[in-house]
Amino acid sequence: MWLWFHKLSSPPHAYRTAGRLRPWFFWPAILLLLIGTYGGLVLAPEDYQQKDAFRILYVHVPSASMSLMVYVALAVAAAIGLIWRMKLAHAFAAACAPVGAWFTVLTLVTGSIYGKPMWGTWWEWDPRLTSELILLFLYLGYMALRASFDDTQRADRASAILAIVGVVNVPIVKYSVVWWNSLHQGPSISKLAAPSIDPSMLWPLLVMMLGFVLYFAAVMCDRIRGEILRRERNASWLSEIAVGT
Amino acid sequence: MTAPGLLGLVRLVIARDLKLAVRHWDQVVQPLIFFVIVTTLFPLAISPALDELRKIGPGIVWVAAMLASLLALESLFRPDVEDGTMEQWTLSGQPLSIMLLAKTFTHWLLAGLPLVAISPLVGTALGLPSSVWPVLAISLALGTGSLSILGAIGAALTVAVRRGSVLLALLVLPLEMPVLIFGARAVDLAMHGESVAGPLNLLAAMLLLFVSLGPIAMAAAMRISVES
Repeated sequence: MWLWFHKLSSPPHAYRTAGRLRPWFFWPAILLLLIGTYGGLVLAPEDYQQKDAFRILYVHVPSASMSLMVYVALAVAAAIGLIWRMKLAHAFAAACAPVGAWFTVLTLVTGSIYGKPMWGTWWEWDPRLTSELILLFLYLGYMALRASFDDTQRADRASAILAIVGVVNVPIVKYSVVWWNSLHQGPSISKLAAPSIDPSMLWPLLVMMLGFVLYFAAVMCDRIRGEILRRERNASWLSEIAVGT
Repeated sequence: MTAPGLLGLVRLVIARDLKLAVRHWDQVVQPLIFFVIVTTLFPLAISPALDELRKIGPGIVWVAAMLASLLALESLFRPDVEDGTMEQWTLSGQPLSIMLLAKTFTHWLLAGLPLVAISPLVGTALGLPSSVWPVLAISLALGTGSLSILGAIGAALTVAVRRGSVLLALLVLPLEMPVLIFGARAVDLAMHGESVAGPLNLLAAMLLLFVSLGPIAMAAAMRISVES
């Protein structure tokens, strides 16, 4: 276990592993996204009340769940990097942030596109919209702090502390924002025992969610390789690779 | 000379910062003036009618308090880091988290407590009835404590960054939003004659959480900022 841990934290090994894993994430992700899109847009029946407008949820819900998941992954990686001084974990956290921020933007955009026909307004100060917006601010703050240091190691450690403080705060933000009257419909798939969504509508959503996760993994393989290249730009193993190819 | 105990240490830090504040009293007063000026902007921008201002009064006071506390944070750690005091603190072998907490407490005495004191004045100007003064003051007293601690974490993170004040606002304001929500909510409920125990309890709970965990983050952030 520890051997594996050490091996993974060596940049050349991680660089090669990420390159090797990437197609195994990327192609299944594309396949699942295609299946999920077809299932969601064509096969799933029309909602009796919301008509076709509900179909945007096949993008909205997966990106919303990813936006939170990526933030937690970022904070966990940052904590690992801070505690065990593992550079690769910091590289992972740094690579996470822009992806997570874009998932958050996608959630907000699809949410407001959905909101226009459903609630008759682009934006509503509803708890979930607002907490998603605050999550975006957290991502932006994290990236801004990271960008303000010239020294990568200090940027790593300072932004790791911010990520950990942020993740402690996320539930507080979440529940404080729930204090308002809500327009947003309650969660419809987390109730696994008796889902209030029909199976014919549910399966494309689950396929899409898995597709999003795999897509994130594939993008992370690329981004972490880029991050390693940037950090190790003077290392000898890199020039060996560059000469080798 | 024997090394001071933990309480003695806290007392020394507080006494030192209070003495510094007395010598530079203008820096203490400036955020307070800023607080009053910001609350003046709202009647000018929205409407001089007290009926309308009353509705948004709690929000105005709270947003202004948040901005004023943010403004005061700039000078919380910077002078000590620049003249090398903070470096001595990190090397002193004393618990840095306790010293920073003491420093933050002094900061709250100088930046948070005055806001509490003049809040009835500002509230009256915005048409808040005198019956909500106590709730306004209590909510600000509890809330500015949380704001000071969250702000101190941000200040410790950004103290080594050039022109860190905009960055500080960017980092700290999203984290402070829950405090704003409960603080403004408490005053709002009080105006409608409803029970304010809920939001005030939550504000107190947040303050306790931040007091217990915040210093650890502050000290970790300060060590990163001071090294090199």
